[in-house]
Amino acid sequence: MGKAAKLQSQCAGKGGAIHFDDLHPCYSNHEARVEADRCYFCYDAPCMNACPTSIDIPLFIRQISTDNPKGAAKTIFEQNIMGGICARVCPTETLCEEACVRNDAEEKPVKIGHLQRFATDFFMDNVAAHPYERAASTGKKIAIVGAGPAGLACAHALSKEGHDVTVFEAREKSGGLNEYGIAAYKAVDDFAQKEVNFILDLGGISIENGKTLGRDMTLEDLSNSYDAVFLGMGLGGVQSLGLVGEEHPRVIDAARYIEDLRQASAKEELPQAKSVLVIGGGMTAVDVAIQSKLLGAEQVTIAYRRGQEQMNASSYEQELAQTHGVQISTWLQPKTILSDGDQLEGMVFNKTKLDGGKLVATDDEVTLSADLIFKAIGQNFITEPVTIDMALELESDRIKVDGNCKTNAKNIWAGGDCVAGGEDLTVASVEDGKIAAKNIHEFLSA
Amino acid sequence: MADLRSNFIGIKSPNPFWLASAPPTDKEYNVVRAYEAGWGGVVWKTLGEDPHLVNVNGPRYGAIHGADRRLLGLNNIELITDRPLQTNLQEIKRVKKDWPDRALVVSLMVPCEEQSWINILKLVEETEADGIELNFGCPHGMSERGMGSAVGQVPEYIEMVTRWCKQNTRMPVIVKLTPNITDIRKPAEAANRGGADAVSLINTINSIVSVDLDQMAPIPTVGGKGSHGGYCGPAVKPIALNMVAEIARTPELAELPISGIGGITTWRDAAEFLALGAGNLQVCTAAMTYGFKVVEEMIDGLSDWMDEKGYSSIDQISRKAVPNVSDWQHLNLNYIAKAKINQDLCIECGRCHIACEDTSHQAITNMVDGARKFEVIDEECVGCNLCVNVCPVEDCITMEQMTEGVDPRTNKPIDSSYANWTTHPNNPQRVDAAE
Ligand SMILES: Cc1cc2nc3c(=O)[nH]c(=O)nc-3n(C[C@H](O)[C@H](O)[C@H](O)COP(=O)(O)OP(=O)(O)OC[C@H]3O[C@@H](n4cnc5c(N)ncnc54)[C@H](O)[C@@H]3O)c2cc1C
Ligand SMILES: Cc1cc2nc3c(=O)[nH]c(=O)nc-3n(C[C@H](O)[C@H](O)[C@H](O)COP(=O)(O)O)c2cc1C
Ligand code: SF4
Repeated sequence: MGKAAKLQSQCAGKGGAIHFDDLHPCYSNHEARVEADRCYFCYDAPCMNACPTSIDIPLFIRQISTDNPKGAAKTIFEQNIMGGICARVCPTETLCEEACVRNDAEEKPVKIGHLQRFATDFFMDNVAAHPYERAASTGKKIAIVGAGPAGLACAHALSKEGHDVTVFEAREKSGGLNEYGIAAYKAVDDFAQKEVNFILDLGGISIENGKTLGRDMTLEDLSNSYDAVFLGMGLGGVQSLGLVGEEHPRVIDAARYIEDLRQASAKEELPQAKSVLVIGGGMTAVDVAIQSKLLGAEQVTIAYRRGQEQMNASSYEQELAQTHGVQISTWLQPKTILSDGDQLEGMVFNKTKLDGGKLVATDDEVTLSADLIFKAIGQNFITEPVTIDMALELESDRIKVDGNCKTNAKNIWAGGDCVAGGEDLTVASVEDGKIAAKNIHEFLSA
Repeated sequence: MADLRSNFIGIKSPNPFWLASAPPTDKEYNVVRAYEAGWGGVVWKTLGEDPHLVNVNGPRYGAIHGADRRLLGLNNIELITDRPLQTNLQEIKRVKKDWPDRALVVSLMVPCEEQSWINILKLVEETEADGIELNFGCPHGMSERGMGSAVGQVPEYIEMVTRWCKQNTRMPVIVKLTPNITDIRKPAEAANRGGADAVSLINTINSIVSVDLDQMAPIPTVGGKGSHGGYCGPAVKPIALNMVAEIARTPELAELPISGIGGITTWRDAAEFLALGAGNLQVCTAAMTYGFKVVEEMIDGLSDWMDEKGYSSIDQISRKAVPNVSDWQHLNLNYIAKAKINQDLCIECGRCHIACEDTSHQAITNMVDGARKFEVIDEECVGCNLCVNVCPVEDCITMEQMTEGVDPRTNKPIDSSYANWTTHPNNPQRVDAAE
């Protein structure tokens, strides 16, 4: 073990049932101080503007460099109470770190994500007291649907103002995709639950797990019985390839698989594979491909219908996949699933090309063999619970909201993945929760 | 190739880099390693009378760090040698015999009585050392016993002790000055009157580098208490440079050789000390931080720079900048410069903007046509150079002299003639410019 690894301080892994090593172990004190010293404390810092939650990055880094990680964490929480998970899952290379002026200076941004993790981990591991106190009770009651990043961020901000918050969450565990979606190697050691507990430490928030909107209650009920409602339901549905044989047991939804993986206690409980094909080009495709490799698949290929530059996964993530031995094949559109009974054999693709800016399939065919196929082509929003009784206005099959995350209904707000025009990022969902909370508080104080 | 050989008051060394009297020159083992590494000479760690002194048995150092824990300033509470006089003398004699081409000067500090000096001078002469340095600088511990800076702060004592030494030894005498005084010229003049062959400066500066906020005591903390120490290293270089220059540009002291000390860390520091009046150089903290090997960079760098500039010997650089050290009142007020930001190099950190906006002259934009852009507004720029200094990219912002046209800030035409404060209309004591 190298000196740097030995210096790893407070966040050494405890190891779950299926153990994944942390993608980036937490900085040691020494590493954090060296990196923090690289920050220029820019004026009107570009990184801060690039962060969807506008964390005061120069300030928190300066606090780390002055040996005040607790203060640094508070600066982060002030804008983003889920700074801990964001430090782990944000594609910083396309957010804050992309804006760092050090890119211009020497093509090496300050490692803002790592520093953020250092500060928030320090706080969560070493400081017993919650960083905030609730304001005096206002007597107002708020219902939130979904205990994902959007719902929890909204709940925290509203409880801080003294409102009483009830969160209805369909699943047994809270955290949303932090718990069920984020790749295991990005959030080890049950971090999602730790963060949920951290948020609940504020008080004033009660989560009712196993309560589903549309089954156990209606939107109208909530709208009538609560002063305000926030919907942070994420995307519950799975996109379909629209191919014959898609129901084959070895053609699996990637997000579901990741979820099972996160919850499984032994990898034998999951489908094993030698040769894996991943259809898609986003973060989920990369995550499931890397995890397959880590779980022992010999051959893992991501097949994407456009070119590498158009992939939603950032170049950093593509590189990460490639360094894990994942192959990326582009300009391939799924045509036929090949199988022989229970045995999955592979997939036939049409090669694609751009024709006057439009993607078209050519007659050229390519066959890739695989004994497991992952669909990572995105999730969609299940509209029933919000349209059956209340007719919330939709846009592109998601909930339509204004700049304050307000829906067309008088006391209903929504944010995160379930609203139209979002970025489908954890940090963007947190920001939505924050924006909605601010507007709800104004609405209730008026 | 430039000739780096040095002849300082008749003491010859293959290069002008000596180790200052301090732990690196404490004993034979260190000094031999220093010579092997290429140092031109050493000033042996200060000797005193027996019984030898003792040091604290806890921490002796405190420090100021810059980014990445780069050591910028070191503070110490060490005293002079804590080994028996005879041990030191035997080692000095042996080392000088084994390394005849290197300079070996012995630093001395004994009580302010002529007999004490006569005794020790005789002993040192027997070692064949090249010269002596009188330690009138040590600011802690020794000064409480009436030695070190307690002597260095009283010009009459300096003159007296220097004279005793000159009268009682054939060896050249260097007087090491303390910076813990108001006007460095006074002790230098005293040393000169006493007949010193040279002065060396600076010794360390009284300092407390930091406070242990748990123990509520100065650092280094020895058993819950700390005393002030002596400050050295890169942080003291500006103070040392000024003091060297003050002596060098005093007409009565123009002939007094100076051994430059204080924060010398690179060849460039060395060149600067030489330019401002030093005849050779002494180094302590740089060696204590990086080991003796740093001298290789100093020698190489100085030599390469001299070649590039066409200097062939140390004498040609020494004092070269002294004529350009001026009183403020003689600076040319007609010289106009404006900052200029090279947009190709600018990384848009905005530090120049906020420094100028918050604390200076509101002369740098942060937006141009709705986009983040940092440009100097000539109408406001007073040419102060602050932006140049806070910019993290070297040479991105430069100061450009205006030689013609009108200064957009004052709307006055550029005047190529020279005019200073002594004749300025706002100066109540002005002397009318010669017609
Ligand atoms: C596999 C995968 C990997 C990802 N990786 C990253 C990444 O690395 N970085 C990144 O920034 N983003 C990543 N994302 C995106 C990110 O996870 C989401 O943008 C974010 O979690 C959205 O937050 P949310 O609160 O809107 O929804 P969710 O996190 O989806 O939470 C919604 C919650 O609402 C609950 N719910 C749904 N319907 C109901 C109902 N009717 N009644 C009650 N409760 C309900 C759900 O059970 C869930 O707990 C990834 C997404 C996936 C699928
Ligand atoms: C630990 C330590 C001990 C020192 N001891 C002596 C000494 O005994 N005699 C002396 O003349 N100067 C002593 N000095 C001062 C140095 O010789 C030198 O003048 C000073 O450190 C400034 O040079 P620098 O910035 O290169 O270190 C000491 C300095 C240090 C750091
Ligand atoms: S030189 Fe001084 S006044 Fe001019 S732009 Fe720079 S900081 Fe401002």
